[in-house]
Amino acid sequence: MDNNAQDPMIPQLYEVTRTIRETHDSFSLYLNSKDDSDIPEFGPGQFNMLYAFGVGEVPISISGRAEKSGNLIHTIRNVGSVTSALSDLKRGHTLGLRGPFGSSWPIEACKKQDVVIIAGGIGLAPLRPAIYALLEQRDQFGEIAILYGARQPKDLLFTKEFETWRGKYGIQVKATVDSADREWKGNVGVVTTLIPRVSFDPIHTVAMICGPEIMMKFSMLALKQSGMSEENIFITMERNMKCAVGFCGHCQFGPTFICKDGPVFAYNKIKPFFETRDL
Amino acid sequence: MKSLESIVENHPFFKDLEPRYLELVTGCASNVRFEAGNFIFRQNEEANQFYLIRQGKVALEVCPPNRDPVIVQTVSEGEILGWAWMVPPYNCHFDAQALELTRAIQLDGQCLRKKCEEDHSLGYQVLSRLLPIIGKNMEATQLQLTDIYGNRS
Repeated sequence: MDNNAQDPMIPQLYEVTRTIRETHDSFSLYLNSKDDSDIPEFGPGQFNMLYAFGVGEVPISISGRAEKSGNLIHTIRNVGSVTSALSDLKRGHTLGLRGPFGSSWPIEACKKQDVVIIAGGIGLAPLRPAIYALLEQRDQFGEIAILYGARQPKDLLFTKEFETWRGKYGIQVKATVDSADREWKGNVGVVTTLIPRVSFDPIHTVAMICGPEIMMKFSMLALKQSGMSEENIFITMERNMKCAVGFCGHCQFGPTFICKDGPVFAYNKIKPFFETRDL
Repeated sequence: MKSLESIVENHPFFKDLEPRYLELVTGCASNVRFEAGNFIFRQNEEANQFYLIRQGKVALEVCPPNRDPVIVQTVSEGEILGWAWMVPPYNCHFDAQALELTRAIQLDGQCLRKKCEEDHSLGYQVLSRLLPIIGKNMEATQLQLTDIYGNRS
């Protein structure tokens, strides 16, 4: 490996091998190393910095690894100039990639426990590698419940995988939306309303939550009301990550840096800051 | 076959209700079933019933003028449908349509209201079960209004 490859500030070249339109405003990029060098291992929940040349760089969570090719998958919502440029990339195009960075979901801590996963909107993408990790060792865990909320049915990600997760692995998967037309036969209501509808033992459960902070806040409250303790609740945070290695301070959150100490945190570790107004 | 009283007693809404109240409540109850697509009640109708859902799923819809109906909430097994029967002017706020085969206990709101007025302890029992649900619905509505699934890339 040359010196540049070891420098976390220097992007490596990656080629887009496949693009998938996931929803009306989100898409997945499959990426392979341009020089065919080994793709670095990553932990579920970690993120990469993706660089659209001439436009900018954004932190994007890894949403999986392609089964056959081993390509990295990133699922992205098109919300700004960089993500818009990334959405224009086609097969064969090149981008810059730094990473993986940050902390991971606590898969080991879930062993012999029930697991509740709560996702909101694009938040299912950073959780999907954790779901895959649980599925790989399904017999190591008790009940697994995935509760997923979005604005509308058209915003729901990875819906084709839900049946496999339910049928093949016996996972409780429930989705809900804020509002819907009559075509939708599923649940309508906020994601927290799904919590009483799944079975888990709150004393022996680990929860992983990813979504907008307001959604995570109310999900945590509902989990605590169900009898879960704070130290078993894990969340993933997002701030303005720039360097991704704790140098620049853009993503400082209280005494922590989201990029280096997070993005996955045990809730009780950041609780005082999470509940501080304007932080 | 389970008795009506046993079904009411085992529904989460009336969990741990004292037997003397259970008897009063069951006196206003009947078994009902709705096929998928059936309307259970319509917006602005008089709210004379509420339902303990035993099985199935019901959509609560608003029908804005000149727009398609919008589902704003679904109610499923173990939950209740309708609280307007207890609050003047006793009018339904939404359309309620069964999304799938739905079995429920229908409670006659007028009957139960009368019993609650005659026996305030029963009224307290019913309201102390109803208010947390109304509170949760309000909280859920506030969350929906804040668009909690907003931008995250």
